Amino acid sequence: MATLWRFTLFLCMLLMACGGLSLASQEAETRNTQTETGTGSSSNTTGGGGHEAAPITTLPIVTWKWHHISVQYLVALWVLVCWLCKLIIEANHNVTNYIPESALLICSGFILGGMIWGADKMQTFSLSPTVFFYFLLPQIILDSGYHMPNKLFFTNLGAILVHAVIGTCWNAASLGLSLWGCHMGGAMGDLDIGLLQYLLFGSLMAAVDPVAVLAVFDQVHVNEVLFIIVFGESLLNDGVTVVLFNVFDAFVSLGGGRINAAEIVKGIVSFFVVAFGGSLVGIAFGILIALLTRCTKNIQIIEPGFIFVMGYLSYLTAEMLSLSAILSTTFCGVLCQKYVRANMDESSVQTVKYAMKVFANGSETIIFVFLGISAIDKVIWVWNTGFILLTLLFIFVYRFIGVFFLQWILNRYRLVPIELIDMVIMSYGGLRGAVAYGLAVLLDENKIKEKNLMICTTLIVVYFTVILQGITMKPLVMWLKVKRAEVTEVSLLEKMTNKMFNHTLVAIEDISGQIGDNYFRSKWRHFEEKWMTPLLMKPSARKKQDEVFDVFHQLNLKDAMEYVTEGERSGSLEFVRNDSAILDFKKKLESEYTEVIPDIPPYMINNHGAMFTMGRDPIPSVSLEMHEQTMKAMREAEAVNAHHLLDQHLYKSRKQYRHGFSRSDFKINRDEKEVQEIFQRTMRNRLESFKSAKMGVSPPKTIVKHSKKEQQEKIPNGKSMSKTKLCHSGDEDFEFSEGDSASGYDSSYPSFSMRATYRPGGGIENPAFVPDLYPTDLLQIPPWLAESEPDSSMVAPSLRAQANLPNSPMEMRRMGLLRTSTRSTDTKQMNNDQFPPPPTPPPPPSGHM
Amino acid sequence: MGSRASRLLREEEIEEIKKETGFSHSQITRLYSRFTSLDKGENGTLSREDFQRIPELAINPLGDRIINAFFPEGEDQVNFRGFMRTLAHFRPIEDNEKNKNPSATEPLNSRTNKLLFAFRLYDLDRDDKISRDELLQVLRMMVGVNISDEQLGSIADRTIQEADTNGDSCISFNEFIKASFVVNIHICTVVFSFLS
Repeated sequence: MATLWRFTLFLCMLLMACGGLSLASQEAETRNTQTETGTGSSSNTTGGGGHEAAPITTLPIVTWKWHHISVQYLVALWVLVCWLCKLIIEANHNVTNYIPESALLICSGFILGGMIWGADKMQTFSLSPTVFFYFLLPQIILDSGYHMPNKLFFTNLGAILVHAVIGTCWNAASLGLSLWGCHMGGAMGDLDIGLLQYLLFGSLMAAVDPVAVLAVFDQVHVNEVLFIIVFGESLLNDGVTVVLFNVFDAFVSLGGGRINAAEIVKGIVSFFVVAFGGSLVGIAFGILIALLTRCTKNIQIIEPGFIFVMGYLSYLTAEMLSLSAILSTTFCGVLCQKYVRANMDESSVQTVKYAMKVFANGSETIIFVFLGISAIDKVIWVWNTGFILLTLLFIFVYRFIGVFFLQWILNRYRLVPIELIDMVIMSYGGLRGAVAYGLAVLLDENKIKEKNLMICTTLIVVYFTVILQGITMKPLVMWLKVKRAEVTEVSLLEKMTNKMFNHTLVAIEDISGQIGDNYFRSKWRHFEEKWMTPLLMKPSARKKQDEVFDVFHQLNLKDAMEYVTEGERSGSLEFVRNDSAILDFKKKLESEYTEVIPDIPPYMINNHGAMFTMGRDPIPSVSLEMHEQTMKAMREAEAVNAHHLLDQHLYKSRKQYRHGFSRSDFKINRDEKEVQEIFQRTMRNRLESFKSAKMGVSPPKTIVKHSKKEQQEKIPNGKSMSKTKLCHSGDEDFEFSEGDSASGYDSSYPSFSMRATYRPGGGIENPAFVPDLYPTDLLQIPPWLAESEPDSSMVAPSLRAQANLPNSPMEMRRMGLLRTSTRSTDTKQMNNDQFPPPPTPPPPPSGHM
Repeated sequence: MGSRASRLLREEEIEEIKKETGFSHSQITRLYSRFTSLDKGENGTLSREDFQRIPELAINPLGDRIINAFFPEGEDQVNFRGFMRTLAHFRPIEDNEKNKNPSATEPLNSRTNKLLFAFRLYDLDRDDKISRDELLQVLRMMVGVNISDEQLGSIADRTIQEADTNGDSCISFNEFIKASFVVNIHICTVVFSFLS
């Protein structure tokens, strides 16, 4: 380790010296601090041009062309240095366990800055706002948007917005006013700062910084609700900060006398324009991305690039229109993630994911290092004890007050209130970061005399929050016993029961006739189903997803099972054996499934096989630590796999959305099909129960059981047997389901092209042809009815039941719409349209007809 | 509507229900009006058909089981009291309520009772055990069509294996509670706020 350190130091010294000297010679006269990346390019390139123009006397074989590439070279070197810092820091696990990486990065920035200072006697490199806002920030924001756990985000959107908007305003106003008050009271001596300047300062200090929050909270693993509220707030409050900053900046320029009510109203209006405009730009770009990825099949190699380019463009576009760029990029990512993941090839999805992480993590590292470097500059250090300490105090105190007050109000409307301890963490997690610094540097020195004091204070606040609060966060979380992210894997039973509760809840809501709080969500889903998905998702994506992933997860599950048993049997040596087991399994799978589904592209299997072997680490690892890590990873993977299947296939209750933590799984809306399946199943069951009631076997609690038995007897005559395909093995226990599955398949043919491949030669059907296909589909009697036929001597569904059974997707859709619109009062009327009445032969139940 | 319903419901009856279920007065009256609008036979009780007429339940995979849960064993009518008693399972858990009378019987919306409700949904034959068969039935109801029976079987086996501590390859209620340790009980509460 020590050698590594020394080596790096040496490298850094070398670098500093050569970079710093060359720049110093070239730009000493300009003496501005804008050099880090592209910003200095103009002067550099012209200088380079000048060199080239010199007449040559002979053909040079090798020439020293530093000026040609100095800027690019420095950029690359700086990136390298920053990442090396990270490498060194991450190599010391025992340190990073106690001190967050971001704090360490800032400290290494101090060291680097000191070296530059030692070489140059001035700060040649510092974080310029241009570099920060246009080259470092966008990818971090895009990453967080793209990997946003959507469900969590939108369920807590209310709280997030309240904190982001009101909380930020409160922070800005209270800090500005209090500082001004203290100034008036004479606490800071002689400063040339007016009320408006204080408010401007307050507004730039107000925003919690997404980069800092992410860096610290990522390592603490608090529970996800807490995380999403703080993190969401930090993302969304950018809109507020930008507006506040611009408004007060303008006010400062205008001067106190010229501010009237009209200007203030304009300020408020501009808030809405900036926030919503930014979001709209983001949404537009998100849709564009989704549309683009629909047709990038032939250029798979650069497919992932579109995401980045478009994401960056969304940032720039919003910036160009002076809207909130962060909001724009966030929403762009949030919106496109689902469609992008479905549309693109699996490998592209992985590429996007990793590349996104590389960029985001990389620029995060650079930001922190440069935050540290920027500090080592004599120019900006203007000490004013009162101002700085009071700022720190007020920021801390008002953050607490704001969060507690707002959350106290919010808690009255929350089902699961945020606990006091969580609120403490929320307040404590109000980290300020590079955004504040960037804004502070943007201040106009002519208008604000004490700009340097403000920059210096901002830096101190950033260091205080990131380093001190960052370091103490973890112990605090431990000490307060904050609910951590649940790392314990949920057992299958729990998963089932949770799901069950969800279904039950929806049912209870329906029974008690209430419009659940998921009303808007289900509206949105209908909208999405109807317009967004067909528009933004390529049809083949759905198809691919449905089958291949099916197989993939089956495989995963089996594999995991095998792994478990074998792992249990053979202790720690299983890696060696398992490798061969996987190969066997892969072969087996290939032979098995390629026969059944000729559709499945062989490369998918190969890919997955490769993934397994990769993840499995076939070489028995020597290091015990390594080994344990792998074991742990394996165990996690296996739990994920086993549960994946359930996740994939459990019916979603209307209330439940899985959130997108799991990166590898794209979920597609299969709800309509599900609804249809469930509906037919229910109807069948009811028919069966009528039958059984007629036969005198009427214990209600055994309805399902009973119907199952009947089903078993019946199946041999039923047509549906021949229709069951793929993995339905015809296990005796499950005859019941066979019929169902067949009905699910058949009746969903017309609209669900993803099913199309089950029918040989079926091809992909155009949803537009649904009406045409419908009659033919009717001819192809739904197995639901086909199965009941053998029994028709006993019980036959009435004509009306047959006619009314919504086996066309159109009707189902109608049904789905009704579901949301039907309220308690008009159920009766609806029922007569919707439900096949009970079969005619048995006497109708009382009051139904 | 609410006033009409409350006229039909006697005050003392409301008080009793209030004590038993913990619903507030206005919630009871609102639910009563819902009850009467469901009650097509207008005889003060709900039958299975009354429930089945709610269209949303037809597309709920567990719809019929939940309907069954409303009916006491062997009966096929449920009155308002019974209706409320079942609904009370889904009220949010209140801490202060527990503290008020620790000696009293457990309220219907306690964690245990919520879990018991779920347990009953699995346990068809009411032998206080979830057998593999019962588990499979529920699984089959809750999953889509394109999962194979073999897989479902292995899921069921694994589920039982995970939860079964005494090795009888059934899940008893105690085992169920233990295994459902992490079940997010908060999601098993309906916000009846619309009623208050």
